[in-house]
Amino acid sequence: MATEDQTAIESLDPRIGRAHLSGGNHEDMTGLLHFQTYEVFHQNKRGAQHKHVGIVHAPNSDMALLYAKEQFARREQTANIWVAPSSCIAATEYADDDIFTTTPEKLYRNPATYKVMDRIQAFKERGMTPSDEA
Amino acid sequence: MNNIDALKELLYKMADDQLILGHRNSEWNGLGPILEEDIAFSSMAQDKMGQSEHLYNLLNQLGEADADTVAFTRNAPQFHCSHLVELPIGGYDFSLIRHFLFDFAEYLRFEALKTSAYQPLAQVAKKFFGEVKYHTMHANTWVYQLGHGNEESNSKMQESLNFAWNYALGMFEPGPAEEMLINENIFIGEEALQAKWLEVVIPLLEKSNLVIPEQSSWAPIYGGRIGNHTAHLQPLLSEMTEVYSIDPSADW
Repeated sequence: MATEDQTAIESLDPRIGRAHLSGGNHEDMTGLLHFQTYEVFHQNKRGAQHKHVGIVHAPNSDMALLYAKEQFARREQTANIWVAPSSCIAATEYADDDIFTTTPEKLYRNPATYKVMDRIQAFKERGMTPSDEA
Repeated sequence: MNNIDALKELLYKMADDQLILGHRNSEWNGLGPILEEDIAFSSMAQDKMGQSEHLYNLLNQLGEADADTVAFTRNAPQFHCSHLVELPIGGYDFSLIRHFLFDFAEYLRFEALKTSAYQPLAQVAKKFFGEVKYHTMHANTWVYQLGHGNEESNSKMQESLNFAWNYALGMFEPGPAEEMLINENIFIGEEALQAKWLEVVIPLLEKSNLVIPEQSSWAPIYGGRIGNHTAHLQPLLSEMTEVYSIDPSADW
């Protein structure tokens, strides 16, 4: 653990002068070990999907929500925010990213290539019968 | 004093409290305990200054000078802010306790003003109600955390609460013509506001493991509303108006 640098910080900024800051010790993070990261999900209007927008550091979910509001909802329209501990996220391994290699080639999975309008139209004209619901 | 003067007195004390506390809290910018908190606290300081601008604009409509002139050219005796908001930022414990005590008062003040018979003020109260609600959420979450943190955090918060309490009671210094505002349903009056505030903050502070100072020791620190201020206000004003006094047309 590094020792604290006792040299006072001098600054033209009066706020820094008032704070009587020493040089600090930015290596010593032990005091922050109870902090964890939270993933933040932002919803711009009710009913829309929440989208992942980043992370905040916080000791618990209440504090994480406070920070998520100011970090990620300070400019845009917002209806709702979720936070979840990063430790709750399960993820694929980058080492296994070959499982995705061929998917961009599968153009037939692109909705633009579906030819279903004729079938939908025929279905609508026929009308739904009880047997369709079974 | 006629009812317009009474209304101006109300607007000035609200706007001056917001401007001065906004400036005070902005002094934490770049110094906050963690990055996220630094941004959140600075944003709320900006919110306060924005709110004050809207209230100064209402005063402008009532014949007072424009917002910049009112904010940047008065000396301490012309300000109507409470002593609570003038005090230096101290440690984060004091700044959080002040934030808690002030913002719950502002929240309840805005809540009451949402139905004010003076429509322009009711509109400002409605517009900023959500903003102030977040300020109370932020304040209460922090006070709860540190109240329940450890012995050191709890005792620092308790000491700051003990120190701030009579200053906080001073926010509710009665106005000289409040009866007019009450009779015309413009504002509920400071006494009623203080009663609502005590009902809200006492249970919350107790939930945060903090002890309310003995009622026999309550002694509101008045004077700010009539221009008697602490020695801390004038240096703050000198710093805040530094750019304006060099170049009143400076823009950024």
